[in-house]
This record gives sequence, structure tokens and C-alpha cells, in this order.
Amino acid sequence: MNRPHRFRPGQILSHVILLFLAFLFMFPFYVMIVTSVRSPAELFVPEFRWLPESFTGLRYYIQAVADIPALTFLKNGVLISGGILIVQLLTAIPCAYALAKFEFRGRDLLFALVLFSLTVPIQAPALPLFLGLNAIGAIDTYFAAMVPFFLSVFAIFLFRQTFRTYPDEIIQAARLDGMSEWAILWTVVVPGCLPSVAAFSIFSVTAHWNDLYWPMVVIRSNDLMTPPLGLAFFADSESGANYGALMAMATILTAPLMIGFLLAQRHFIRGITMTGVK
Amino acid sequence: MTAAVQLRNISKSFGETQTLRDVSLAIRPGEFMSLVGPSGCGKSTLLRILAGLAPQSGGTISIDGTGIDHLPPSARDIAMVFQSYALYPHMTVRQNIATPLRMRRLPAPARLPGIGRLWPGQRSKHNGIDQAVIDAARLVEIEPMLDRRPAALSGGQRQRVALARAIVRHPRVFLMDEPLSNLDARLRVTMRAEIAALHRRLGATFVYVTHDQVEAMTMSDRVAVMMDGEIVQCASPAQLYGNPRDLRVARFIGSPEIATISSDELIAENGGFAPVLPRDPVTVAFRPEAVLLSPAADHLEIPATLERIEQLGPELLVFLRLGSGTRLSARAAAGRIPLSAEGQSLSAWLPARGFMLFDANGRRLDAPHIREFADAG
Ligand SMILES: Nc1ncnc2c1ncn2[C@@H]1O[C@H](COP(=O)(O)OP(=O)(O)O)[C@@H](O)[C@H]1O
Ligand SMILES: [Mg+2]
Repeated sequence: MNRPHRFRPGQILSHVILLFLAFLFMFPFYVMIVTSVRSPAELFVPEFRWLPESFTGLRYYIQAVADIPALTFLKNGVLISGGILIVQLLTAIPCAYALAKFEFRGRDLLFALVLFSLTVPIQAPALPLFLGLNAIGAIDTYFAAMVPFFLSVFAIFLFRQTFRTYPDEIIQAARLDGMSEWAILWTVVVPGCLPSVAAFSIFSVTAHWNDLYWPMVVIRSNDLMTPPLGLAFFADSESGANYGALMAMATILTAPLMIGFLLAQRHFIRGITMTGVK
Repeated sequence: MTAAVQLRNISKSFGETQTLRDVSLAIRPGEFMSLVGPSGCGKSTLLRILAGLAPQSGGTISIDGTGIDHLPPSARDIAMVFQSYALYPHMTVRQNIATPLRMRRLPAPARLPGIGRLWPGQRSKHNGIDQAVIDAARLVEIEPMLDRRPAALSGGQRQRVALARAIVRHPRVFLMDEPLSNLDARLRVTMRAEIAALHRRLGATFVYVTHDQVEAMTMSDRVAVMMDGEIVQCASPAQLYGNPRDLRVARFIGSPEIATISSDELIAENGGFAPVLPRDPVTVAFRPEAVLLSPAADHLEIPATLERIEQLGPELLVFLRLGSGTRLSARAAAGRIPLSAEGQSLSAWLPARGFMLFDANGRRLDAPHIREFADAG
């Protein structure tokens, strides 16, 4: 009678479903990793094997770093998604603060505009952006790869929602204590909203690390390629048949995001639930 | 250090609605002034205007005769304690208390966390701030908690930190917006006494906002009663209780609430009231201690039913109801009255003179006025 309800049928069922879904999501990653450490011949045998028959160790990883510039792609990924994130935070946080906490004429209209902009995909302004960048000779630069994303309406929206819940009385206390509005924003409000900043950072970095469309439009040289662009480029050129090296490269290029997410997971989830954007 | 605060004809509108109407108030140097009134009557709005956190729609504020309307909050030499305490959640208690001093005394680079200490020429200032923080913390007895964060403190301790953050600046004027309303009843009584003691010790001008008339009455030199965005009466606690100028003030101050009976009803209950009341209908008000449950000289008897009795230890509160349903309450010493069953009929004796009269608009009709009526009749 008093046994803890640990094995209720409903719970068992939901765990079975969750385990199945987890398997479905994890399986491609498993194939990626296992392919990077076995000989490509094993890919084409009729039955699937869980473990490599001939373990190739780090051979393909060394190839990926030596023959394909995987580390360059990694560096480009860090520079571009990092650069985008920093400018996004620097621009969106003050905008969001003004929209959340100041009263001025036209504020609601501006916010409506922000909401409206959320619905515009990057493909829509891509052509004029490309033409403009071409006109100033900026095609095939880091700048071109980053500039369309410097202003993030999603960030403005997200931070506005967060800042609105920040207590007015603390801001007023800071004004009485003699802080400037900038100091209040960066040393009082933002430190109080870090989970939300972390959540947005993960959204942004993931989106731009994995973005293929825009780098494909503006990046030409191998030196500037981002991880997905590099992967796509090398998949159908020189090492097209070298699945081992390709999978090793893919593993290297997805690893930073996976590790980053695992480390920031708690903040991330708190930020999402806190802002109510769920 | 003490300062006189003068509010002249302050008004404030939010869009169409007028929250403050022509509020004028002269606060004397070193005075403990309470603003009391029901929720939503504009107390916090007035306090925020005084602090410079919101602009007034009209009127002027001056401290010691100098206009401060153009000054930002930090330049007004006013400290404020908020209802929610408004501590910086990511800072330790020490940093919280130090913030107002750091902002005032240190140049920007020396305020940077960690490396700020290395900025040249600021050592004595840093030491001065450290000492001031410890002194303020000691004054409100939170010295052992200096290195905790607000989240690790109880409500009462947070309240003390908020007080320390205000004290540390040695401002000319302290503003407090319902500082005790988030504390439990017991702690509220303790903190009431402590804030009153703090006021005596610092000698600064205090403006204290509360919706709790007991708080206002027990702590203040003078109390300004606000209703619907106006100050209805500003007087000493004793004056407010004994000599309210408006029926709303009479009802708001004092517990249990003052009983109000129309003159017609009173005369119907006991014809003896006819000669002592004006001919025009008025409202007659009786404080609970004016209502007696046994005969006395100069008192007139009226019939009532017993509704309920509250035991307060040495005394009883007896709640009565008149024939028409009008309520009346009386204070009586315990033991003097035999405990009776609810619904029992008994008699109350009301004073035949010295009661308060209010006209149809709730304005007080004072004694000379009454005599005039009486003479005419
Ligand atoms: N920023 C604001 N915008 C619109 N109305 C406000 C604002 N601040 C206060 N009010 C209104 O002013 C009235 C008085 O509020 P407040 O001063 O907070 O009352 P109290 O502190 O006496 O309870 C309330 O009716 C409130 O709705
Ligand atoms: Mg209030």
C-alpha cells in the first residue's frame, strides 16, 4: 500500500517513449562518431554494426586537421558567431532597456515594429544586402558574414520581456544612489538578468555557427569559411569519398557547441523559463 | 544637517486621471512626518516626486528654501527606503551599503570591481567608505551579515540593510515608503520603535509613508492624512484623533472605527438629543471611549443590541447595533460588564455634549457653530 509509486504504468510508458525519442536523436551523432574511427569500407556492408571492426584511432582526425583546414573553419566559426553575439548584445540590451523601462512618445509603435521585424526572414533582404556589400567591396570578408545579424530583433524582444520583470524600485534606488543610466543597465540590471543573456547567447551562437545560407552567399575563400560551409565544400570536392575524414571533421566542428551547451545548460533552461519564451 | 521641506501645490496626472491635487505641505527641520491614507491615494507618487524619481505635473518643492525641482534624484541629498527594500541582489550587503558612497566619492575608474582598489590616490577614500559602511551596519545591527547576499537574509534583516544604505550617506532628508509592510506583525512593532529611535538619534527630517494609521500615530511628530490625492488634514497624532476636521479623517484614524449616527436617528432613539443638535441634518460621531454601558451624568440612554465582544485583556471592545442597523462600539474595562450573549438587548449612554458633528459633505462643524444653531432654535 505504502510503496512509493515508482513504477506506475503511465510513467513507464512515458519513459519508454522518451528513451525511444532520445535514441532517435542520438543515433546520427553516434553514426558520425563511430564512422570517424573505422574504415570507410565498413559503411557499405549490408548489416549495421555498433562497434568498429577495424579501429582507425585518430587517423582521420589527423587528416581532418592536416589535409582539410578544419581548425581554420573552427576559428572562423568562433570569430563570426562570437563577433555577431557581442555586437548583438551591445545593441539589443540598451534598446530593450529603453523599451522596457522608459516612457517616451512612440515607444509602443517602436515595439510593434520590433515584433513585426521578427517575421522577416534573412532570405528577404538577402539580395539588397548582397548588392550593398558588393558596392562597398566588402564581399568575402568577416564583416560581410556578420553585418546582417548585428541588430537582432529577437534579442530586443527577449531582453525587453526580461527587463520588464526587473523591479522598478531597484532601478530607482540606483538612481538615488547616483548611478548613471548606463551604469544602472550594465552593472545592476544585466547582472540580474544573466540567465536570459545566457539563453540568448546559446540561441545566437548555435544559429550562426550552424548557418549555411548567408556564408554561402558572401564567403568565397577557404580561409574565411565557417564550419558548415567548409563541411559542405569539402564533402563534394577533394575528399568527397573520404567519409572517415569528413565525419572526423564534423565531430570536431560540432564539439564546441555540444560542450558549450552542456556547460551552460542550467542557465539556458532557467533563462528560457524565466522569460516565458517557451 | 536637518532640513525643512516645502511642497507647494504639487499636482500629478497620469494621462487623464489626476493622482495628486494641489498638495501643499511644510515639513519642519528634523520632523518625523507621516503620510497616511488608504492604498492608491497617491502617497508613493508624492514620495517619488519628492525624491525626483518622477516629475510633478505642477507645483514646486524646496529644501531649506532652495528650489530642487531641477535637480536629479542623486543631487537632492535625499535617501529613500523602499517597500520592497530594493537591495541590489547580486551584491553583498557590504557592497549594497557602500554603493551610494562609492558613487559619490570615487572617480569612475576606482569604482571598477577588484582593480578599482589599485587606482592611485584613492586609498584614504576607500578606507573612509569601508569605515562608514561598518558604522552604518553597526547602527542597525547587521554587522555580522556584511558578506552575505540579500537572498540569504530574512525580511527584517533586509529591511535593516536598506536602512543602512540610506543612513550611510547622512542625507538631509529620509523618505520611507511603507518600509514595514512586508514584515510580520511582531517584527513590525519592534522595527517601529527602532525607526523612531533612529530618527531621534540622527535628527534628520523623516517623511514616512504608510497605510497603517497605528504606525503613523505611534511614530510621528505630525501626520498628514491623504485621501484621493489630497491632504485632508495635517496635525499631531493627538489632534487628529481628538479633533479631526473631516469625517474621512475621523473614520480613518482610530480603531475601532469612530461610530457615526445621523442626527435624525439619534433624536428618534432619544428625544433628549433634540435640543443639543442643530436643526439641519448632520452626522454625529462618537469615539469608542465616549460610549458608556452604564448611566453617567450628561449622557443620554439609547437602546441597542449586542453584536459581539472582543477581549483585549485588560479591556473589552463591545460592538453594538442600533435599531436601524447603525453600528456603535464601546471600550469598557474587563470585569465591569457581565459577559452577555449575542443578540441581547442592552442600553448605551452617549454624551449629550462634546461630540463631533459633521455636515453633509463630511466637514467638521465645530462648537461655536453648534451654539449658533442652538440659539436660533
Ligand atoms: N506610473 C503610473 N502610471 C499610471 N498610473 C499610476 C502610475 N503610478 C501610480 N499611478 C496611479 O496613481 C494612483 C496612486 O498610486 P500610489 O501613489 O502608488 O498610491 P499609494 O502609494 O498611496 O498606494 C494609483 O491609482 C495608481 O494607479
Ligand atoms: Mg504605495
